[in-house]
Amino acid sequence: MHTLTQRLHDRYGYAMTVLRGLVKTDFKLRYQGSFLGVAWSVLKPLMLFCVMYIVFGKFLRMTDGTPTYPVVLLLGISSWQFVTETVGIGLRSIVDRGDLLRKVHFPNYIVVVSASIGSLISLGINYLVVLIFALFAHVEFTWRVLWLPLNVVELYAISLAIALIFATCYVYFRDISHIWEVLSQLIFYCMPIIYPLSFVIERGGVYARVARLELLNPIAQSIQDIRHNFIAPASQPTIWNTFHSPWAKLFPFALTILLLWFGIYIFRRNSRKFAEVM
Amino acid sequence: MSSKTMHEEKAVINIKNYQEQPVILDVNHVTKSFKLPTEQASGLKQAFINWTKGIKGYELQQVLKDVTFQVHQGEFFGIVGRNGGGKSTLLKLISQIYYPDEGSIDVRGKLVPFIELGVGFNPELTGRENVYLNGALLGFSHDEIDAMYDDIVEFAELEDFMDQKLKNYSSGMQVRLAFSVAIKAQGDILVLDEVLAVGDEAFQRKCDDFFTSIRKDPTKTVVLVTHDMGAIKRYCTRAMFIQDGEVAVIGDRETVAERYTLANLEAQQREISEKQHRQLEEGRQEYPNGLSARCPVLRTYGISPLMLTSDDTFRFAVEYDYNEPEDFYLAIAVHDIRRGGITFDTGPRKLKMKKHGHQTVYFELPLHLFNNGEFRLITSLRTPTPGDELMTDAVGIALDDNACTFVVRDPRNMDYALINTRSLQIQQITEEQAQTAAEEQRDEIQSRTDGSPREEIIPE
Repeated sequence: MHTLTQRLHDRYGYAMTVLRGLVKTDFKLRYQGSFLGVAWSVLKPLMLFCVMYIVFGKFLRMTDGTPTYPVVLLLGISSWQFVTETVGIGLRSIVDRGDLLRKVHFPNYIVVVSASIGSLISLGINYLVVLIFALFAHVEFTWRVLWLPLNVVELYAISLAIALIFATCYVYFRDISHIWEVLSQLIFYCMPIIYPLSFVIERGGVYARVARLELLNPIAQSIQDIRHNFIAPASQPTIWNTFHSPWAKLFPFALTILLLWFGIYIFRRNSRKFAEVM
Repeated sequence: MSSKTMHEEKAVINIKNYQEQPVILDVNHVTKSFKLPTEQASGLKQAFINWTKGIKGYELQQVLKDVTFQVHQGEFFGIVGRNGGGKSTLLKLISQIYYPDEGSIDVRGKLVPFIELGVGFNPELTGRENVYLNGALLGFSHDEIDAMYDDIVEFAELEDFMDQKLKNYSSGMQVRLAFSVAIKAQGDILVLDEVLAVGDEAFQRKCDDFFTSIRKDPTKTVVLVTHDMGAIKRYCTRAMFIQDGEVAVIGDRETVAERYTLANLEAQQREISEKQHRQLEEGRQEYPNGLSARCPVLRTYGISPLMLTSDDTFRFAVEYDYNEPEDFYLAIAVHDIRRGGITFDTGPRKLKMKKHGHQTVYFELPLHLFNNGEFRLITSLRTPTPGDELMTDAVGIALDDNACTFVVRDPRNMDYALINTRSLQIQQITEEQAQTAAEEQRDEIQSRTDGSPREEIIPE
């Protein structure tokens, strides 16, 4: 056991030191120079959520019929924000840290991971704020909350995978950042995040059939799982209660693992060249 | 590490015993080339166009060819070479920032690189935070940096500034901090690129002390890239000269330094002759800057070696081609490249040429007056100005490559002033001496200009 921790420390100790340093720096710099400082990390989502709550919940009356829908909405949007932030910052991170990579040798996947950890911290704070809203909305919590960490791990894995793939491409082709902007919009509207899935299903016919397929997207699947397990077990359609075929249920997970494997593979294959190509 | 056993046999590593130490850096048949893009754009569109056209879109440039050498523990290893010779690439390969195409590089121990100034410093962080971040990047834990923090700050002489943001530092302070982190970090191998120009004189002296002390430490290995032959001679146990991506010489520092200086001057001469050759091929229609059809050739070039001491006399030649029948003169000016200004000029009507046509004439210039410096001889060919006894008009001037550059280097000399202290000195005198002598001078001037009284300036 001792030798195992020692071996792990030898292998990843350096990477962890660098990661800690970079994450700390990023976090420190994020609210640098602002009057309220770190308080913004809680204040900002709080205020944004208030705006969204009023616009979507009260003004547009977007709802699936349950009183908790506004909170469900916030949860979905903050989860999706995590994905866009991780990929958006992550894909630029290699190039942005170029001056560093050209001067010191360190495992360069760390810069992508540090970007994702930064987003993960925001996600944690956002979830806390959602929790506050949920308490006000009298949400019923169940034992399913225990699944939440696993769902978040899946969401993290899929975001990191996309970030790794795009970061690698971005070193060679700066077009990727624009492509991602468009692509992320497309993905966003292909998922039941600002609209309830029941909206689409109710239209019937071909739409209903397509709507089910939306859940095969691992991002949609994990966000729906997060909603389902965290605050709204009754109203949220998930892959578990929509599909019966075990293959369909397995599909998003297989895709996540495949993408993550591909991301790591393509990143590792090219990472030696990053310092030269940039 | 076996650093403890090394400490026991506290012997300075030098050219004779370095081989007894274990190899700490093993560079084995390393080849490296870069892809230089032929198109400017680096986008998907360009990549697609290249792909459809079946062109590579880049040119392969070989930077290092089969480089092999070993550095032993405790050595101070110098690498010299001309710009673009592959030194920095080699250093980046050693620091594992680049990876070799072929061959292998084996580093045993913790390597601390100082490759370009300001290694990964963030201007928004304070000096202290930057030290910790930088240390983390170099692979030191928080505790390890704690242990060396005071040392770093003291060496950088920035005790009062560590809680200031880095953007408020002067550029010199930033460099000093970065350099201090690199050299005070407790690594086994220190890789330094062009660092001897860091900081002011006092800081340089400190660095000098540091290098001298690290030389004597048999556990610390240093790899230094520099253009400064003085540094190579002062610190290095061995040195290596890289030329066109290949190891030209490796061995004792004197030999390497000599070969390097020689290669530099050779290259300079080759460049000039190549350029002239090219101009010849392109036809004589286009004259170099300063020349014309009236005077198509005017060139100053050194006959003596281009690096001389103050005891030497510099001999050079002027080649000209002038065919108009009237009288003409050469005027030669000595420009001081580093300090600026014109050190000396022959005057417009001093050197009258006797032969017309394409000729070469020779001159000499004693150098005993000068301190160390880089001088350029600029020759002009002049004809008398009609109606003016003293003036001349320039017909052609030998500029750029037609001018001749030479260098004065003498261990007795200083770099700062133009005239050396052996040729000129300011003497201290008493007030009385000063006053009487000045009085005499005033009287003398008065007597010279008698009849035309003028206002005198009387010192207090």
